[in-house]
Amino acid sequence: MDSGDTAWVLMSAALVLFMTPGLAFFYAGMVRSKNVLGMLMQNVFAMGLISVIWAIIGFSLAFGGTGSIVGNLDFAWLSGVTDLDGNIPGMAFVAFQMMFAVITPALITGATADRLKFSSYAILIGIWSIVVYAPVARWVFNENGWLFDMGALDFAGGAAIHINAGMAALAVVIVIGNRRGHGHEPMPPHNLPFTMLGTGILWFGWIGFNAGSALAADGVAAQAVVNTHLAAAAGMLGWLAVERIKTGHATTLGAASGAVTGLVAITPCAGFVGGAAPLIIGAIAGIGCFAALGIKAKMNWDDSLDVIAVHLVGGVIGTLLLGFFADASINGDTDGLLFGGGAELLKDQFVAAGAVAAFSFAVTFALAHAIRATVGLRVSPEDERIGLDQSQHAESAYSS
Amino acid sequence: MKLITGIIKPFKLDDVKDALKAIGVTGITVSEVRGFGRQGGHTETYRGAEYQIDFVPKVSLRVVIDDDRADQVVDTIATAAATGKIGDGKIWVTAVERVVRIRTGDEGTDAI
Repeated sequence: MDSGDTAWVLMSAALVLFMTPGLAFFYAGMVRSKNVLGMLMQNVFAMGLISVIWAIIGFSLAFGGTGSIVGNLDFAWLSGVTDLDGNIPGMAFVAFQMMFAVITPALITGATADRLKFSSYAILIGIWSIVVYAPVARWVFNENGWLFDMGALDFAGGAAIHINAGMAALAVVIVIGNRRGHGHEPMPPHNLPFTMLGTGILWFGWIGFNAGSALAADGVAAQAVVNTHLAAAAGMLGWLAVERIKTGHATTLGAASGAVTGLVAITPCAGFVGGAAPLIIGAIAGIGCFAALGIKAKMNWDDSLDVIAVHLVGGVIGTLLLGFFADASINGDTDGLLFGGGAELLKDQFVAAGAVAAFSFAVTFALAHAIRATVGLRVSPEDERIGLDQSQHAESAYSS
Repeated sequence: MKLITGIIKPFKLDDVKDALKAIGVTGITVSEVRGFGRQGGHTETYRGAEYQIDFVPKVSLRVVIDDDRADQVVDTIATAAATGKIGDGKIWVTAVERVVRIRTGDEGTDAI
């Protein structure tokens, strides 16, 4: 047991926890004022519901036993958790991973903004965390997982978190349908200062998300801190440059969005790359994700707050670029294409991205259909018109 | 008595208030309003998507005044609120039948 490693992972758990309320404000600023509490609530509620589910069964399904597809029930109710990673207590790993489990389904709320019924949301993410998140976390983060075993790299969850949540968001958007008035009624963000506040919290917390994934207070963690910060910075600049050229202005929402795309893309790479790589990865993410904004309009998907463009596309960019930029002199024993490792890693990264995307989409699509057919996914037209704050929670954010 | 209603640019409110105080007007009522006129709106861009914002924020102010001072008040507002650019606003005058001061029960010009 190493007290330095343990302290850093415990600290990182707290940093990652803080990201979920950060995400809540990031999203809440972008919705209309009648839905701001609905958005905040969906995110914060994930901290309640998913933590409980994770303790009862989720952690065990992700990290128990030796299966390659899914774990077992050895660690159910968090009993019998051993010191999984040598230098840190098992409970430090439980705490850190719990915060990942919480934020991942919360990412989906950006796509379904303003219309997802609260009770159905609870059912959706509760089941999703068991049947989608836990197995995918197993595949990617556990040494017995088949993607991990195959050689695919995912330092902090480019595939397990961002591609996973992004594809789930797409599946739910297709099943739930567009917001009423989508496409002809303006729905501009109601409070961009909230979004900027959330961006700052996310950026801050992401240091723990990525560098904590080293599970040690060492050089890899330090490299991950630097990579994470630089990718966010380059992501912001990349997005703003394209935005300025295409629309004439550098916007605050663009700065916020660009930084987050850099953070998303560096997530799988954080502890495996060095040098100029985080700058290149971040800039490609900022530019690529901005370009991906047009997908939803073309497909008529009302991905309200761009979970697809930011998390799915950003996650894919980072996961695939790791196949080029992985550097064994930084960490691990696998070099990417640009460091003389050939195309082997890139192929594994393709398989990981594709497998997670396909699994997440298929299971989430079926789950969303099942919920729609039984208790319904959407609020009534009248409830959607008056907003989620009043219809779902009997509250108003802004008294008049 | 007349009710004078003005629609002005919000940043001109303090100038108008000071000018009205200077000529002895004892009270005005102000509200924040939105509207469209010849000034037109503007566009805002969020994540590359353009929104046309048609309604422009304005301030509406109301003054009730004796008949013989109405023209002076209108001219004072017009002078103080002017920038010379499109969107300076409008002023109109309507007749008022009855005015009551709630505290004292005073009526008519005594209530102003």
